Amino acid sequence: MKVALFVPCYVDQFYPQVGMSTVAVLEHFGVQVEFPEAQTCCGQPMANSGCMPEARPLAHKFIDVFDGYDYVVAPSGSCVSMVRHHYEEFFEHGDVRSARVRRNTMELSEFLTKVLGVKTIFGSFPHRVGIHQSCHGLRELRLSSSSEVMTGRDDLLKDLLSQLEGISFSKLSRNDECCGFGGTFAVAEEAVSCMMGDDRIADHKAAGTTVLTAGDMSCLMHLDGLIRRQKLNIRVMHFAEILSEAIC
Amino acid sequence: MSHPALAQQFTSDRTRAEWHDRSLWFVREKRDRMAHGVPEWELLREHASAIKLHTMSQLPHYLEQFEKNAAARGIIVHWAETADDHNRIVYEILQRHGVRRVVKSKSMLTEECHLNPFLEKRGMEVVDTDLGERIVQLRQEAPSHIVLPAIHIRKEEVGECFHEHLGTEKGASDPNYLTEAARNHLRERFCKADAGITGVNFAIAETGGFVVCTNEGNADLGVSLPKLHIACMGIEKLLPRASDLAVFLRLLARSATGQPITTYSSHFHGPREGCELHVVLVDNGRSSILQSPDFRRSLNCIRCGACMNTCPVYRRSGGHSYETTVPGPIGSILAPVREPEKHSSLPFACTLCGSCTDVCPVKIDLHHQLLAMRGHIDAKHLLPVSKKLSMKLVSAVLSRTWLYNTMGWLARVSLKWAPRFAVYNPLNGWGRQRELPIPPSATFRQMFAQRRAGRKSAESGAAAPVAREGSKSREGSQTGGQA
Ligand code: SF4
Repeated sequence: MKVALFVPCYVDQFYPQVGMSTVAVLEHFGVQVEFPEAQTCCGQPMANSGCMPEARPLAHKFIDVFDGYDYVVAPSGSCVSMVRHHYEEFFEHGDVRSARVRRNTMELSEFLTKVLGVKTIFGSFPHRVGIHQSCHGLRELRLSSSSEVMTGRDDLLKDLLSQLEGISFSKLSRNDECCGFGGTFAVAEEAVSCMMGDDRIADHKAAGTTVLTAGDMSCLMHLDGLIRRQKLNIRVMHFAEILSEAIC
Repeated sequence: MSHPALAQQFTSDRTRAEWHDRSLWFVREKRDRMAHGVPEWELLREHASAIKLHTMSQLPHYLEQFEKNAAARGIIVHWAETADDHNRIVYEILQRHGVRRVVKSKSMLTEECHLNPFLEKRGMEVVDTDLGERIVQLRQEAPSHIVLPAIHIRKEEVGECFHEHLGTEKGASDPNYLTEAARNHLRERFCKADAGITGVNFAIAETGGFVVCTNEGNADLGVSLPKLHIACMGIEKLLPRASDLAVFLRLLARSATGQPITTYSSHFHGPREGCELHVVLVDNGRSSILQSPDFRRSLNCIRCGACMNTCPVYRRSGGHSYETTVPGPIGSILAPVREPEKHSSLPFACTLCGSCTDVCPVKIDLHHQLLAMRGHIDAKHLLPVSKKLSMKLVSAVLSRTWLYNTMGWLARVSLKWAPRFAVYNPLNGWGRQRELPIPPSATFRQMFAQRRAGRKSAESGAAAPVAREGSKSREGSQTGGQA
């Protein structure tokens, strides 16, 4: 199985330890990943700003870089949903290469559970963990069930973390409200963005969260920015970091 | 003003913004409980969406069918292409009957057409009889929500408003007392009215009748006394069959306010004896939305307001920050479809969280339409120049790996060495309330390359540890755990 790792550009630059943890977790489960050096960004910042002509070359670059792998794994639900759900318009109808890459691009927790079939993890993490449901993982990739929809109640991330010894989870009053990051929204609508972030953090504080985690560093970058400014005692970790720290 | 500016104003009164957020979240939670009580909820949404899509695809046919059947029941049907046409038609009917005083139940369409000022300018009195609408009318404001028009007003403020206009005791804010005062005030208006205007929730093609849903019974009261009833509806309000109501009435009340059914679902199938019943069918841009593949589905909307209640931005910025008749997610599509210049900031007043899409009872893919609308705004050159330029620049950098590496290095180094006041300057929208990430000494790709190089040299010496599925990989976890 040839597996490539996609590390979102801002993770590459600012959160290298998240990428390294992803590698560690994948290797722990027997997957030797490759990291194609030419990769940069999936193009989401441009696409979400409405700038489709500017997003297009990045979509093409992504497909060029990652064609030829059985799977592309990324520690980000948001980037994966960009590739899987929003690349269509950048390619000709029926384009085989892009369709293949899009289909094979997976978020980390999805890859671990659905492809590798990971059910048990040996490790311990004796902390009270608050899971932040990143919207794109939740409502685009359906990695867990959103509170609006009246179907089953899956939660891939929680299922994985529940395997760890000593871990407990915060019970939030609003299970899956958005953190307010939203890409350029975070700056363009700064007031609402920060209020949303504050509200999420208050919910976690009230629930006793000591470690705040998610499947997307972008949400966590925003929440961590508020947490550090307010000097709160909450540790922010991508779930790959938790897994790699816990697996002993 | 743009949405960000108005939103900032609203949030600057944090207590109020928090109260507003909680009030609407309360409604959203009620909706969740109600929806949970219906095992076939998701199936109902599927049905509703399919019925609406079908109806919209055959709209001319169903409109004609409706007109024919309505006429057979003695309903007088009018067609209005624009808001002006609508207002003129309504005015002419009223004028013909020598109407001076009108009572009107809630109708977003008449808000959209600005019917009230049109009639008032021509010497008629129009009284909105929905309690919330009456409150905003007395305060000379626009509704801030399509189902809960006065959700932004606290009960103390209602007390002040009623003290001024209805003569209630000063400082009184007991909801029961205030509601009673409003009832008495409205009773009087109902009795004196010469005509009643209502909206339409659902019109039924096969019967030629229509349904109006209210919780206060004000539509029924408003059209039971006067001899003239005018019902105004957008052409998208049509359903093919009476049995379709079984799907929509169940979804509407639960989604809107978390009630199992609206208190009054009144069916109108022709005029009372000696009275006249008119229906005005309004296009006002709907047929051009129908022709747009990207936004067509927005016409499925049954105006339940659930997307507003769930929207984390709407809850914290208030309905007036949208400056539209219909605010929130659906309004951020409907308004810029018609007037992109005026409403170009609305599709961006959204984090693309997708909660609206999941809550919508007719399964409108709201957040995908909002994303598509952003592309339309860009294609029409309506993006702020600074935004477009920076996106061009970033795209150029990200398209070239070497340039990306260089610029990334530059960003990290300058973030590391620049003094705090330079980084957290007033222009840094990120940094006003948030810290930036702490720049690491190396990028992921550098760390990864180093690690692989290290491993290669180890391999050439002794056998390297091979990680097997389910086995422990010391090296891996140690490297990863340096958070
Ligand atoms: S878009 Fe959907 S959720 Fe929003 S008001 Fe219309 S029907 Fe209700």
